[in-house]
Amino acid sequence: MANVTNITVSGLGGQGVLKVTDILAEVLFRAGYDVKKSEVHGMSQRGGSVSSEVRFGDEVASPMVPEGESDFLVVLDPTQIEVNLHKLKQGGTLITTDDVPMDKLKSPKALNIMMLGALSDKFPAIGEELWLEVIKAFLPQKLHEMNIEMFRLGRKK
Amino acid sequence: MNQRLLASGNEAMAMAALDCGVHLGVGYPGTPSSEILENFSALGGRAEWAPNEKCALEVGIGVAFANGRSLVTMKHVGVNVAADPLFTIAYSGTPGGLVLVSADDPGMASSQNEQDNRRYAIAAGVPMFEPADSQECYDFLIRAFEISEAYRRPVLFRVTMRVCHSKCILERRGRVEPRATRFDKDPKSNVMIPAYARIAHRKLRASLHELEALNEKGEFTKEIRKSNELGVITSGISFQHVRDAAPEASILKIGMTYPLPLETIRRFAGSVKRCVVVEEGDPVLEDAVKAAGIPVEGKAEMFRFGELNVNRVRKLLANDLTPEAQPPAGKPPQLCVGCPHRKSYEVLRDMNCIVSGDIGCYTLGVLPPFEAVDTCVCMGASITVGLGLRKALPEAEARRVVSVIGDSTFLHTGINGIVEMVYNRPATGHVVLILDNSTTAMTGLQEHPGTGRLLDHTPCPHPVSIEETLRGIGVDNVDVVDAVLDQEGFKELLKKRLASNDTSVIICRRPCILAAVKIKSYEENK
Repeated sequence: MANVTNITVSGLGGQGVLKVTDILAEVLFRAGYDVKKSEVHGMSQRGGSVSSEVRFGDEVASPMVPEGESDFLVVLDPTQIEVNLHKLKQGGTLITTDDVPMDKLKSPKALNIMMLGALSDKFPAIGEELWLEVIKAFLPQKLHEMNIEMFRLGRKK
Repeated sequence: MNQRLLASGNEAMAMAALDCGVHLGVGYPGTPSSEILENFSALGGRAEWAPNEKCALEVGIGVAFANGRSLVTMKHVGVNVAADPLFTIAYSGTPGGLVLVSADDPGMASSQNEQDNRRYAIAAGVPMFEPADSQECYDFLIRAFEISEAYRRPVLFRVTMRVCHSKCILERRGRVEPRATRFDKDPKSNVMIPAYARIAHRKLRASLHELEALNEKGEFTKEIRKSNELGVITSGISFQHVRDAAPEASILKIGMTYPLPLETIRRFAGSVKRCVVVEEGDPVLEDAVKAAGIPVEGKAEMFRFGELNVNRVRKLLANDLTPEAQPPAGKPPQLCVGCPHRKSYEVLRDMNCIVSGDIGCYTLGVLPPFEAVDTCVCMGASITVGLGLRKALPEAEARRVVSVIGDSTFLHTGINGIVEMVYNRPATGHVVLILDNSTTAMTGLQEHPGTGRLLDHTPCPHPVSIEETLRGIGVDNVDVVDAVLDQEGFKELLKKRLASNDTSVIICRRPCILAAVKIKSYEENK
């Protein structure tokens, strides 16, 4: 299908990889794109490698990003870069913890949202308001303030 | 009013069940099916976890005999457990709608095999749907109930992991409430004694012919006309991969894959120069189409294993048989830091036991640093396989055999193994460990008959006591220990039991660390 952008988010079980791709997919849906999101559940909560994929554009067919065709690869844990690098297409964008102000991270649980902030910078057509609206819809209220702060820190390094 | 949202296949099935008036959703948890009933319950539907899949299907059959609609959910291997009722209810059918969701796991993301349950539709003679995305999960499930009632047939709703767990845009329609139920006495239809079953079998075959005619009308097939050079016949998630892999190809996508619309397929195959069947798993479509004398190409054997994806479909269509590069191995799953099972496995490893294992988180005890699981077959098999080992091995070896099973798995099909142990006891007796972490952990912390809570985590007035069950069956020694607080005491007890000729069960009880927080919140909300 033409005009499809592929995003892969990788990390370890417990880092909120699935949660953050849920937020990402919902933002893109609300922005008016066709969206598909794919992931593998189940054994991931046992601390193993986890990847989740989002594809968006005019029309998306397969929910799985074809091997080596990720336009963006977001990796939440440095140990997971090497094993996932083959998913990134030539000339694609890799986003790692080096791209966010880790010294300002208030909780490891909010790293996913900080990294989402860094990714969000790559889509100038989508305003900050929409990202924050969906973050608030997907996280409990007591976590809103801190996660919005982390999102903004990630968005502007 | 229509609602447009992003939903997984599992969420879409739950919404469809609610919107078409399903009276009861019943199943046993298993990846990738578990979220269907959890979502159905969260939306306001009535849903229950049965102790196992056979119980679930039978409860669902009862609902449908009462002219209600029941949605029965399980993972692919669960259908093996439920196969006994399935093959006979296929004959009699039910007045109310009965839909069995089989969530298959090609590629075995979280399963012990990758069996292709489309074979069940053919073997049992039940109509089958294979949705390709969340919208079809929704639309087809509602139609499956209507067809189940119109033709008096249980329907197999076969989904795969990618359909269950992928999210895409769904258009949801209005909702009807479950209708009033009633029982109409009709033994010739509902009681499968041989005299009635002979008639029912003929009716079943006649009804499958009618369903084939319905399928030829095209409601469930989608034809995309493009090139006359290449045509692809496909179903389920493979359809989505084909659209990306071969945008130039004409595609015939089949939504109801049993009984097949063979004339539609024949016309399509005749309209293109090269016609290829692209399907995940076994060559089910391919075999059926070829058996009907329709010339098509199938896939090479190498594509029978694992999931298909866009790259693999490109290779498949190009007849490219070069070996596929294996992606780098990620970090494998492991028992959580702080998992109570760890302490039990340390003892089993240090005592050099032969461990007959079972299905659950504790299967991960096979991996380093424990390497303390020696066999694992299917739900409940730990106890009975352990008994077989005890009966066949020389005494010194037999005394090292321990069966290890979880609490939910014990209540699923472990109880029968205990009956076998008490009835046909090995000369050396036997030792069973029940690693009771008070939840169904591996599939996402679901309740079970022993937790004291129902599917929606509200209190269950009569929780099943594992120790009283064991004593009632007649096990010689039943002990409850906490191997985390007293690992040494557990080790001494295990040594003593292994040295005796008794039948013994040691319950190592301590909640899963992931469940503990949730359990506390359920208790507070009581």
